[in-house]
Amino acid sequence: MAERTFKIWRGNNDGGEFVEYKIDVGPGWVVLDCVHRIQQQHATDLACRWNCKAGKCGSCSMEINGKPRLGCMTRMNSFGPEEVITIQPLKAFPVIKDLVTDVKWNYEQNKRIPPLKPKARGADGHHRMMQEDVDRVQEFRKCIECFLCQDTCHVLRDHEKHDKFVGPRFMVRLASLEMHPLDTEDRVDKMRKEFGSGWCNITRCCTEVCPEHIGITDNAIIPMKERVVDRTYDPIAWFFRKVFGKK
Amino acid sequence: MSNGPSVSELQTIEHDVLVIGAGGAGLRAAIECSRQGLNTGLVCKSLLGKAHTVMAEGGMAAAMGNVDARDSWKVHFRDTMRGGKFLNNWRMAELHAKEAPDRVRELEEWGAVFDRTKEGLISQRNFGGHRYPRLAHVGDRTGLELIRSLQDYGVHQGIHVHMECTALDLMKDGDRVCGVLAYWRDTGRFVLMKAKAVILCTGGVGKAWRITSNSWEYTADGLAMAYLAGAELLDLEFTQFHPTGMVWPPSVRGTLVTEGVRGDGGILLNKEGKRFMFNYISPRFAPETADTEAEANRWLQGDKAARRPPELLTRDEVARAINAEVKAGRGSEHGGVYLDIASRLPAETIKKKLPSMYHQFKELAEVDITKQPMEVGPTLHYHMGGILVDAETQMTTVPGLFAAGECAAGLHGANRLGGNSLSDLLVFGRRAGLGAKEFAASAPAPKIDDAQVLASMRRATDILNRDTGTNPFVLQEQMQDMMGKNVGIIRTKSELETAVSEIDKLRSEADKVKAHSTSQYNAGWHTALDLRNLLVAAEGVTRAALTREESRGAHTREDFPGEREEWLKYNVIVKRGAGGEMVVEKRERKPGPGPLVAIAQSKIEDLEAGKVEPDYK
Ligand SMILES: Cc1cc2nc3c(=O)[nH]c(=O)nc-3n(C[C@H](O)[C@H](O)[C@H](O)COP(=O)(O)OP(=O)(O)OC[C@H]3O[C@@H](n4cnc5c(N)ncnc54)[C@H](O)[C@@H]3O)c2cc1C
Ligand code: SF4
Ligand code: SF4
Ligand code: FES
Repeated sequence: MAERTFKIWRGNNDGGEFVEYKIDVGPGWVVLDCVHRIQQQHATDLACRWNCKAGKCGSCSMEINGKPRLGCMTRMNSFGPEEVITIQPLKAFPVIKDLVTDVKWNYEQNKRIPPLKPKARGADGHHRMMQEDVDRVQEFRKCIECFLCQDTCHVLRDHEKHDKFVGPRFMVRLASLEMHPLDTEDRVDKMRKEFGSGWCNITRCCTEVCPEHIGITDNAIIPMKERVVDRTYDPIAWFFRKVFGKK
Repeated sequence: MSNGPSVSELQTIEHDVLVIGAGGAGLRAAIECSRQGLNTGLVCKSLLGKAHTVMAEGGMAAAMGNVDARDSWKVHFRDTMRGGKFLNNWRMAELHAKEAPDRVRELEEWGAVFDRTKEGLISQRNFGGHRYPRLAHVGDRTGLELIRSLQDYGVHQGIHVHMECTALDLMKDGDRVCGVLAYWRDTGRFVLMKAKAVILCTGGVGKAWRITSNSWEYTADGLAMAYLAGAELLDLEFTQFHPTGMVWPPSVRGTLVTEGVRGDGGILLNKEGKRFMFNYISPRFAPETADTEAEANRWLQGDKAARRPPELLTRDEVARAINAEVKAGRGSEHGGVYLDIASRLPAETIKKKLPSMYHQFKELAEVDITKQPMEVGPTLHYHMGGILVDAETQMTTVPGLFAAGECAAGLHGANRLGGNSLSDLLVFGRRAGLGAKEFAASAPAPKIDDAQVLASMRRATDILNRDTGTNPFVLQEQMQDMMGKNVGIIRTKSELETAVSEIDKLRSEADKVKAHSTSQYNAGWHTALDLRNLLVAAEGVTRAALTREESRGAHTREDFPGEREEWLKYNVIVKRGAGGEMVVEKRERKPGPGPLVAIAQSKIEDLEAGKVEPDYK
């Protein structure tokens, strides 16, 4: 046990301030353990989301020493022994209270995306997909919706273009549908016009913060941008691709 | 507190059916209700997609026969009954085994991308107690795939989702249920939701114990609300301790290590490096379990004549074995045993098949599982017991109140097989939706009794309004430690009796608990409110455990070792007595239907040769 100092942002959408807490930290602790200890000992009304405490649910997103991270996967021994730990809510979304932000906007974006429209099953009642054809889609489907990528993307964070661009998380979602071997829906026009793929200028900041290590920019966004460009310049090639299968 | 109790100013929302809980069961139930043309509300404590189901790792069991064509619903049914030590509800076990494959295929239609076989079919993996590779899976993040598929499909079905909203109490109109009082977590304001039928899908009770794989949401809300509304609860004594939770460092003690590690070849070792599970094979499973390492290894390589390794015995058996090794002084450094996959598979295969385990140990324990063994020990994981429901419709003993998923009981009997929960959620979530539809069709409009609403609001606001009181977090920990000590894997009469009286004391403390500040997103207030429910569950489990004087499945009584034939005839029912006290009843079970009994008790060779009940489809 060693005493550590934390500065946690306390407040709501009317404003707030950093409050300092000191607690004893045990071996192997992660930042979320510390938040819980602070709740228990000093601030029982401190608001913070969490569920799995194992990096699987994407609830405990927060900014720790300025970086968007999962509180449950950030170990205290990754900081210097004297380092003060500053914790604040995600910046790209409105604060509700303390570390909890209003992320409903993300759920609205998801609803706008046309869902999977699967082709018919084979005569034997099975869908056949080869593992190598679903590897990429499975990479995208690892997403735990922590929204750390949304928080970090400057289009949303600094320019607040929430009405123009769905953000990296939903580019990943779009890619997972567009590359799904069973899908027959076409979202490419919407990708540019409604979902704002053109706003992304490939800074790769989203990829850097993704706790699931999804290749957001290179594997999802760039291929989607290419499809948009192909479509705009070459509708014929698009038609052939669609008809003869290559997605 | 701007939130002074007053019914007239209360926000009111009305639906035909209200589903409480948005895990696999709740989402599937809501999808079905909506499909049936009902105006459907869905309430959950967390954000959508964060329910416990998201944490499920290994897979969902369904006898599709994609990997081993010998599999069939009958073998799945037989495995489920044997795993549950024959205390399962026969009809539920039958429906589950028959309908699970369709539910998996349906999920694929809604977007789930399961791992594939070489032929491009849905792949299936081995798991404890399942005779054949049966678990459809996605690496070790199957729960995420399941919940996200349901969520992404569900949001296009016109369901009204109310996130971060906690149900406090069920409202009743005479005998039947007519709605629920809830509060919004983000504002702390109350909301009254009226409905002709309510489906509880609130999950388990794990937060009554300290060492658990369960999250903060598992505070037995559905179980307690149903109990307080007069519903009967079934076989609460059966709480599953998963054999492999993390044990080090202390901050992650209890976090799950998927059974998939053993399914893919992982072995259990004591500190002497001995593979001890061979010493713990019970007579029931001996004919189907390998008794040498050589045979176990052949099985792993796909030799169909070889029998299964003992590491894949059912969870109750493995948990007790680990417990015994540790007690005998042969445990690991931090009081568990070793689980080794590093010496069994190439590093790349481990990372591919068990990516989130690799991650979890690397990040949280600084252990590289491709090089070192993991330290594991039992952790409270799942509640087989729960709300008593009708097998076909999932209706509880209270008209208009339904339950599905982990909060309901019957399917798993005395012990659940891994993978049988995710399939349970889909099979019975759907059935609950159909049941609610049928009930709602002839139910009158809901009529709310203001006195009930006021009482519920007052209980909640009192916690904020009293001047001083106990810290809710401290009280929760006291209860958890007390349950760990007295109502653990191995139980005795005296400890259980201690627990009953401790629970009494904790309850009077809980009545005086105090939360500071306002009701807006207030962790202390939320924890204080949950205490009542946890204590109902704690008392129910303890009293049921005292009543069942035998050891069966997940319930082990040191003072009553072994299964007693006599006790197979009884369920233990818990309900609320006229004076508000908890009543426990030993209730005689109906005998199982002839063909099902024959299948469950058949020799596996006979069943597979088609000699057992061939006409029973
Ligand atoms: C780590 C882990 C791994 C697992 N792995 C597997 C596996 O591989 N295979 C398998 O078959 N099973 C597995 N299980 C078990 C399985 O995941 C659960 O039993 C199952 O997901 C429970 O689903 P559910 O729909 O019943 O409830 P949950 O998914 O837990 O959902 C409960 C819902 O109820 C809501 N709720 C609760 N109380 C209230 C209230 N008062 N008001 C409003 N909403 C409320 C919650 O917010 C949540 O939305 C695992 C469990 C754990 C913990
Ligand atoms: S790569 Fe695109 S989406 Fe990602 S952070 Fe940069 S601009 Fe945003
Ligand atoms: S893509 Fe990665 S960072 Fe973005 S929400 Fe998903 S898991 Fe989080
Ligand atoms: S609590 Fe689930 S990701 Fe941190």
